[in-house]
Amino acid sequence: MNLSLLPLLQQLVLVLAAIVLFLSFVLLAQNRLISAIHAFAWQGALVAAVTTVVAATGHIHHLYFSAALTLMLKAMLIPWMLHRLVRRLELERHTESLQSPTLVTMTAVALVIFSYWLVLPMIQEELTFTRNIVAISLAVVLIGLLMMVFRTQAVAQVLGFMSMENGLFLAAVSATGGMPLVVELGVAFDVLVAMVLFGVFFLQIRESIDSLDVDRLNRLRETTGEAPDEPQVEAQ
Amino acid sequence: MNALTLVLLTPLLGALVLGLIRPPPLAGWFNLGVSAVSLGAALWLAWSMALVSDLPGELIGPSAGPLAGQVSAVIAGSITGNIAGLPFRVDAFNVYLAVLTAFVALTTSIFSRPYMRYVLKTGRIGQRRLRTYHSMYQLFMFTMLLALTTDNLGVMWVAVEGATLATVLLVSLYRTPEAVEAAWKYFILCSVGIALALFGTVLTYFAAQQVISDPADGLNWSTLYSQAGRLEPAVMRLAFVFLLVGYGTKIGLVPMHQWLPDAHSEGPTPMSAVLSGLLLNVALYAVVRLKMLVDGSLAHTANPHLAGYLLMGFGLVSFLVAGLFLHRQRDIKRMFSYSSIEHMGLMTFGFGLGGPLATFGALLHMLVHSLTKSAIFVTVGHAAHIAGTQAIEKIRGLIRTQPAVGWSLLIGVAAIAGFPPFGVFMSEFLLLTATMKTAPWFTLALLSGLAVAFAGLFRHLHPMVYGTPPEGQKPVAANMIPVAIHLTLVLWLGLAIPTFLANWLDRATGLITGTRLL
Repeated sequence: MNLSLLPLLQQLVLVLAAIVLFLSFVLLAQNRLISAIHAFAWQGALVAAVTTVVAATGHIHHLYFSAALTLMLKAMLIPWMLHRLVRRLELERHTESLQSPTLVTMTAVALVIFSYWLVLPMIQEELTFTRNIVAISLAVVLIGLLMMVFRTQAVAQVLGFMSMENGLFLAAVSATGGMPLVVELGVAFDVLVAMVLFGVFFLQIRESIDSLDVDRLNRLRETTGEAPDEPQVEAQ
Repeated sequence: MNALTLVLLTPLLGALVLGLIRPPPLAGWFNLGVSAVSLGAALWLAWSMALVSDLPGELIGPSAGPLAGQVSAVIAGSITGNIAGLPFRVDAFNVYLAVLTAFVALTTSIFSRPYMRYVLKTGRIGQRRLRTYHSMYQLFMFTMLLALTTDNLGVMWVAVEGATLATVLLVSLYRTPEAVEAAWKYFILCSVGIALALFGTVLTYFAAQQVISDPADGLNWSTLYSQAGRLEPAVMRLAFVFLLVGYGTKIGLVPMHQWLPDAHSEGPTPMSAVLSGLLLNVALYAVVRLKMLVDGSLAHTANPHLAGYLLMGFGLVSFLVAGLFLHRQRDIKRMFSYSSIEHMGLMTFGFGLGGPLATFGALLHMLVHSLTKSAIFVTVGHAAHIAGTQAIEKIRGLIRTQPAVGWSLLIGVAAIAGFPPFGVFMSEFLLLTATMKTAPWFTLALLSGLAVAFAGLFRHLHPMVYGTPPEGQKPVAANMIPVAIHLTLVLWLGLAIPTFLANWLDRATGLITGTRLL
């Protein structure tokens, strides 16, 4: 695997993808919500940049369109919506530190190694570039997942989910030259609707438990002790 | 206008119109009407499908049959065509699920009309939320029908994710802390699961690009299936793991099942009926379609049945674990959602086992489980209204208070537990026979699982239907027609499967396994 033998534009894509992965780590360890949203916006912008470079290398015209779409959605619209929600919920000064940052970061590192190991048998020798890019995207996806596991704050969980989507987009764009346009549009639409619904849910959660710490959403579990709450729903 | 367009357009337009209709009684009737038109369209589609010969190589021109116009060709027992530039494929496998979806949607809408009016009257939801409910109900049907009929794996993903998005607001409809929590869990778990499935889809597309010349075709299932043997096995193996975990979350396979009991128990009852009866089927359908691709790709490797083994493993674990969990439930809807996990596990196991007999059994089980489980949820909705609670220990003496509800619950549970004259017994019997033939040791696990589940259901059921009713428990206005229709159908399927249906399932079996049973 000799990276310096790759064409320059592919090397550029790899560098950008590496920064995307780095931003995943930043997101994971970020204590302040606002800074995390900024990191997420930068990640989206980088994915858009990767898309543009791939479009330029392969002369794939519809990728310019999806680059623009990614930039608008991931780098502007969703961060802006999150920003607004955070302000509306008065969480600007909210800080939340991870329980054990070292452990989480080490797990993330392990996930990166695991991703590389997973794609190892996958692709023949000549596809060094694809192998790297798939491994990096998988790592971004898995770190997003890790973030959703370790963060207990609803907004931070949503950021984890959205960065998973970034990883998926990165994989789709750089390994396969972009999915068919209709699929990309559909995915983007789903992500947008999901974001709107997340916003609705922040308000609903806030209303019901007066906090956005989803660890406190713990009424529903396999009860062994007392019966579920009194005349629950279907009451007369 | 052809049948397929009508099938997809009706619920979509219905959703838009229902978003605007203000008076609640009118909306309820309109919802029913839209569902009825959908069912008509689905039957029409099935009829045109039945006319299609499935001899391989036969090609009928674009002007044949009622699907004339946009439909381009009929290839080996399937109708393929384009609507608005999207490829669609209808064959024996998905058309039967489409009819089932439309049918359960109709009967559930018959139940939901008075039920939701009652909920509105109790003041637990306002008119606006009722409008959301009706609109999302049809949108949910649209996404499921789209996921079933589309030929494009990417569009299928978009539709399955769309189904989550359409139902998540319905789960939190009552806005109690429990409902919000259930919806949040559902949203997060299913979105994450489905995101992993997208990664699997991307990998599939990547494998396709190496062998298929036109990149626009790279996600079309039909194209992929015809080229399955050439897809890179290493990539497909990795892709399938992601796809199984992703769509498996939606099927409710253990250990990704955590969302399912919560979402089923906290949402409105009609929602539980369609989630349990239909959504889980659609996710399983996606997994089976993808398994067919992976099997083709792995056929010449050291481990050709890897996908089947994975399905068997996940299926068996879900089946056994859910059976055990049935015993410790305190909420009636939660209990039946665990029963759904159990049955989905059994079907997954059946599809994993492969072979015509097991596949036929699993297909039949999908059908009878949907019918029985939605009937049970409808009955449970009435039972909960009678008792004023969903807590099992407070629901007592249903037969004495309201015999129709009590007996329906008893018969429904007897059917779902696999008692002889009912269809569930038939399909479970077929699955057991197939297991004995190919993997005899698993029969033991299956039988003990069935026994455990049976005990779990009946220990809770017995006092609920027979016990002494509490003071002042009064019957409620209940519309038992949907339940009666479903249970009669299940009974009929248990006594004698009509020839056309048997042929239909057999064609689907032939499509999935390559060999027919009958």
